[in-house]
Amino acid sequence: MAKLILSMDGLVLKEIPLSKERTTIGRKAHNDIQIDNLAVSGEHAVIVTILNDSFMEDLGSTNGTLVNGNPVKKHFLQNNDVIELGKYKLKFIQEAGAQPAAAAADFEKTMVLRPSAMKAAAEQAKAAGAAGAQAAQAMRQAAVQASGHAAQAAGTAEKPTAPAAAAAASAPAAAAAPAPAAPAAAPTAGPPPRAGGQPLGAIQLLSGANAGKELELSKPLTTLGKPGVQVAVLTRRPQGYFITHVEGAQRPTVNGQPIGSAPHALKDHDLIEIAGIKMEFFHKS
Amino acid sequence: MNYSQVLEIASCTDPGMVRSHNEDSIASDPANGLVVLADGMGGYNAGEVASGMATTVITTEVQQLLAKMQPFDIDAETKAPLAGRMIREQVLKANTSIYQAAQSQPQYSGMGTTLVVCLFYDNKMTVGHLGDSRLYMLREGKFSQVTRDHSLLQEQIDSGIITAEQAKHAQHKNLVTKALGIDPTVEPEVKEYATRPGDVYLLCSDGLCDMVDDEDMGMTLQALGGNLKLAAQQLVQMANDNGGKDNVSVILVRVLREYPAPRGVMGKLFGWRK
Repeated sequence: MAKLILSMDGLVLKEIPLSKERTTIGRKAHNDIQIDNLAVSGEHAVIVTILNDSFMEDLGSTNGTLVNGNPVKKHFLQNNDVIELGKYKLKFIQEAGAQPAAAAADFEKTMVLRPSAMKAAAEQAKAAGAAGAQAAQAMRQAAVQASGHAAQAAGTAEKPTAPAAAAAASAPAAAAAPAPAAPAAAPTAGPPPRAGGQPLGAIQLLSGANAGKELELSKPLTTLGKPGVQVAVLTRRPQGYFITHVEGAQRPTVNGQPIGSAPHALKDHDLIEIAGIKMEFFHKS
Repeated sequence: MNYSQVLEIASCTDPGMVRSHNEDSIASDPANGLVVLADGMGGYNAGEVASGMATTVITTEVQQLLAKMQPFDIDAETKAPLAGRMIREQVLKANTSIYQAAQSQPQYSGMGTTLVVCLFYDNKMTVGHLGDSRLYMLREGKFSQVTRDHSLLQEQIDSGIITAEQAKHAQHKNLVTKALGIDPTVEPEVKEYATRPGDVYLLCSDGLCDMVDDEDMGMTLQALGGNLKLAAQQLVQMANDNGGKDNVSVILVRVLREYPAPRGVMGKLFGWRK
């Protein structure tokens, strides 16, 4: 979600998430963001947020609204834009995770960076209008950055049709942006945490030298048995725990029945026998 | 020499949880000690066409060459084993085929593919690669990455712009700087490595390494090393359990024992007597 950071004279006053469709700014108390200062009009401006796009509109204020130093009536907010009302500044932060779904899907696609496609894609992006032009600029920045080590290149192997060009442009744009400040974007990408809501499983040995011992199954997989004789693996998956036969002539048994070659789902209090050792599977907590 | 007694090979490929079709392509020829993995890209089904062409051209061409010459013979020009040149030349041949198909047929325009190919011979292997498909190695309990991606991300890591830790969360994992079939010519990275009995090699497309941590991959190979087929399936399943955003392909190769080339000066001189 996008947010605004309110500050005055470089002092951060507060952070405001843009959770509503309309976020009003003004001196009067009924505004979502109240700025009690005579330079600010009673109803000064409004920020309209539709999906991932935010627009700032001046509501005919007495002293006007500046965005990045320029007086504006209506403005399509971009990441890091600074809105000024008198001495107050509102910095607009678009978090990296908030890209449109389509663009996000295109990020996953493998694409090639090459010099020749760069020009075509950039031209396409320019033709795509205001948003496109911005993307093309970001893309040129990406190209400059890439030129140091790759070719002087940021084009893609994808045929640059209009949406593809925009996606192509936004991909290197993102490439340029997070490089110096990667940790900020960190939690959005990467594999999701596995096995989140699922209860932790454990086994308790019922026979053998270590009878009574308990083993928590916190790892994605745990092997049990004697290598060369009989080995089974317990896998922890979002759907629950599974037991699979790995090696050995004899298969492990669950509740007295030998398992097949496919993974076998484990239920609470199932009795398992591997290489002559009996154990019980159970859910902890 | 038949390598199927020396190498144990298992593979698995899956479209993943999001994509409707599989643009990855894998091929293995245990008898010749050859494995190939390609991850295609391009609109509609062009990605599959590119990766399919890459694996087919490389396996058939290398097979034909192996019928005529031995990969461990020394190349008179480069003074290195022939394998390196064989791989390089066949990769270039595949590049030309894909590039020409892309040029001549509009529906294939812009298609390309990443590639990892391994040829085993004489206690060694020659590895050729392009793009972000990878080769990993498990040796004596240590799991490490052998190839280095041809990607913007890797270049940024190399030049110190970002750390390997930050790279895990980067957004532009998908931008490769080299690929097969994109340009009229390409320079594949071809290297030779010594292998040891017990080594397990893992070839994979980015659908695996983007979804599963290296640590978990290594753990899986160690835990399930006794059953390569199961290990390959488990790796694909882990990628899918973590989201499976891309096609996932895995080839596992285990070196069962030493496989020195029948040679030595005397061996060569008297080879005709056999």
